[in-house]
Amino acid sequence: MSPPPHPRPDLAPHPRPDMPHAVPLAAATRRRGQHPGPLWQLLSSAGFRFALLFAALFLLAGLAFTGVLWWGTAGALDRQIDAAIRADAMALAERWRDAGDQAVADAIGERLALDAENQTLYLLSAPSGQRLAGNLEALPQGFAPDVQWYGMSLERDGIPGEARLFVLPLPDGSRLAVGRDVEEKLRLRALLTEGLAWSAGVALLFAFAGAALLRRALERRLAPVTATAALIAGGDLSPRVPLSGREDEFEALGHSMNTMLDRIAHLMEGVRGVSDAIAHDLRTPIARARNRLEEALANADDPAALHSALERGIADLDNVTRVFQAVLRIAEVEAGARRAAFAPVDLVPLLEDAAELYGATAEENGQTLRTEWPAALPLTGDRDLLLQALANLLDNAVKFTPDGGSILLKAELLEDAIVVRVSDQGPGLSLEDRERVGERFFRADSSRNTPGSGLGLSLVRAVVQLHGGTLWFDEGHGESLDKPGLAVCFRLPLA
Amino acid sequence: MRILLVEDDAEVGRFVKKGLQEAGHTVEHVPNGREGLFMAASENFDLLVLDRMLPGGIDGVRLVETLRGQGNHTPVLFLSALAGVDERVKGLKAGGDDYLVKPFAFAELLARCEALGRRPAVDAPATRLKIADLELDLLSRTVTRGGKRIDVQPREFRLLEHLMRHAGQVVTRTMLLEKVWDYHFDPQTNVIDVHVSRLRQKLDKGFDKPLIHTVRNAGYMIRAEP
Repeated sequence: MSPPPHPRPDLAPHPRPDMPHAVPLAAATRRRGQHPGPLWQLLSSAGFRFALLFAALFLLAGLAFTGVLWWGTAGALDRQIDAAIRADAMALAERWRDAGDQAVADAIGERLALDAENQTLYLLSAPSGQRLAGNLEALPQGFAPDVQWYGMSLERDGIPGEARLFVLPLPDGSRLAVGRDVEEKLRLRALLTEGLAWSAGVALLFAFAGAALLRRALERRLAPVTATAALIAGGDLSPRVPLSGREDEFEALGHSMNTMLDRIAHLMEGVRGVSDAIAHDLRTPIARARNRLEEALANADDPAALHSALERGIADLDNVTRVFQAVLRIAEVEAGARRAAFAPVDLVPLLEDAAELYGATAEENGQTLRTEWPAALPLTGDRDLLLQALANLLDNAVKFTPDGGSILLKAELLEDAIVVRVSDQGPGLSLEDRERVGERFFRADSSRNTPGSGLGLSLVRAVVQLHGGTLWFDEGHGESLDKPGLAVCFRLPLA
Repeated sequence: MRILLVEDDAEVGRFVKKGLQEAGHTVEHVPNGREGLFMAASENFDLLVLDRMLPGGIDGVRLVETLRGQGNHTPVLFLSALAGVDERVKGLKAGGDDYLVKPFAFAELLARCEALGRRPAVDAPATRLKIADLELDLLSRTVTRGGKRIDVQPREFRLLEHLMRHAGQVVTRTMLLEKVWDYHFDPQTNVIDVHVSRLRQKLDKGFDKPLIHTVRNAGYMIRAEP
C-alpha cells in the first residue's frame, strides 16, 4: 500500500477546534465555482469561437483582396516605371553604339530640356568615372558593377525625394545611368495603404460584432435545451425541450432529446413497475413459503404435516424461481441480445407443435382447438422464443375458455408479413385492461383467481417486438355477451 | 457411477454430493477448476458435474474444452447460475452434454445425471425395445402389449421410445420437453403431464399392471415391476 499523499486531518498533531474539513472544502468549492472572468467566459464560448473562425476567414479574404489590389495598382506602377527606364536606357545605349559619347550627351541634353517636371535623371560617366553628361552628379553610393537597379534618395529644391536608377555598363567601360523620380508613386502607395488599413479596421470591427451576434444567437437557441437538461439533472423527468417549429438543426436536437427523454421515462416507469410488481407478486409467494416453513418448524412433531408443509414451501420457492426466470427472460429479450441467434425458421411446424402440446390439455377440458394455416410460413427468427410466445397465448386461451368451448389458432401469410391470431371464448378484456395488459405482472381483476404470473403477455409482446412485429387485441369468438372472448394477434414482418 | 463434482460453493457442493451419494454414486468433490481438470484428466469418471463459473483461472467451459482437446469424452453436465440462452449454447458448444440452471430441484439433477451416465457409448442398433409385455418396434413404428397392437400418434411413439430407452430411470418433464419435443421453453402449465397420462391410458387400457409410473416431485419412469 502506498502512503496517503496528505496527512489525514484527524491525524494532524493539533486538531483545530473548528471543523478541519470545512476550510479546504469551502476553498475548493469557491475555486471551482469562482467567476472565471469575462474574457475567459468569452473565449470558452463555442459561439464566440465559431464567430472567431468566421472573422479569421473574413480577414483572410480581405488580405487576398488587398494583395490583388496592391499588385494591380502600386505593383503595376512600379513595373511601368521600370519598363520606361529600361526602354530609355536601351535607346540611349543604341545611340551610343551608333554615334558615340557625344550623341548620347546630346540626347540626354535634349531629354532634360523636354522634361518640364524635372522627373528624369541621367548620367553618362567615362570609364574613369568622370561625368560626361546628365543631371546626376555621380553614380549612386554603394555602386557595384554587377547590380543594375538602385533606389536612391535625393534632394531637389530642398524637397527630399526618392528615385529609381538603372545603371547600364557600356562596352568601352563607361556607364550610362537612367532614373526617374518616384515620389509621386510613393504618395499613391501611402494613400492606398492608409485606405486599406482603415477598411481592415472596419472589417475587424464588423467581424467582432458578428461574432458577438452569432454567439448570442447560438446561446439563445440552445438555452431551452440547456434549461431542460438542467431541470432533468435536478431530478424532474417531466420537462421537455420546447420546440420552435422552425425545422432547423436546433429543432432536430430538441426533438431527438425529447425522444430520448420519452424513452428514458418509459424505461424508468418500467423499472418502477417491475419493482412494484416484484414487491407485490414475489413478496407473496416468498412470504407464503416462509410461513409454511415456520409452521413446519412449529409442527415438527407431526411428521406428515411437516412433510407436506416442506413440500408446499419448496413448490412456493419454485414458483418464485419461475417468476424470476420469466422476468429475466423478458429483460433478455427486450435487450435484443438474442437477435444474434436468429435463423430462418418455418412457423408451421412451430404452430403444429404448439397446437399438439396444448391441444391435449384443451381436449382434457372438453375444449376444441381449431387450427388454420397455410402450407408454409417462412421467416427469420428465434425458434424457442416463437414457440414460447405461442405457448403463452395458447396457455392463456385454454385457461380462460370455459369447458366445452373452443379455441382458434390461426395464421395467415400476407404479402409482407405473417399474422397470427389466438382467439378464445373467455371473459375477454375491457378496453382499459387492453391498454394495461402486457405491462409486467398486470392481471385483469377477472383473472385474479386463475393461476399465472401475469408475465405471459409481457413475454409475448417482448418476443414479437424482438422480431420487429406488433401485438394487438381484438374481440374473441365468445358466444355470450358476458364472455365475448379475447383474440390476441401479432404481426411478424417478413423482411 | 463415479462422479466428479466441481463446484466452488461449499453449501451447494455438500448438498449435491450428499444427494448423489444417497442415490448410490461415488462422488469426488473439488472446489476449483484447476483441481477439477487435474482430477478429470488423471482419473476415470463416469460423469463430470461442473459449475460454469469457477475460481482458479479455469472455468467450466475451459475445463471441458481442455478435456475434449485431450480426447476425453466423459459426459459433462453443467450447473450454472447463468440462465441466458446463449450461455447454454456456449456450454453445449464447448463440449457439455447437458445444462442445468440454478436453482434446481435435486430430482432434476439426479435424473439428468443418471440419463447421462448410463447413456450407451455407442447407440446399439436396437430395432425393438421391450419392457414386460410392452414391445416397441422401431422399424415398423408399432406398439404392442401382450401381443395386442396399440395405436399411438407419432409424438406418443417418440415419448414412449424415450421412456423405454431410459427404462428404470426417472425422466423429468423438462427432459421430455427437451428430448421429445426438442424445445427449451417454460410451458407454464404441465402440458407434458397431459400427454403422458394420455399415453398411459392407451397402454394400460385392458391391463391391470401399469407400466408408466409417476415419481413424486420428479417425473416419470417406465418399469416392469410396480
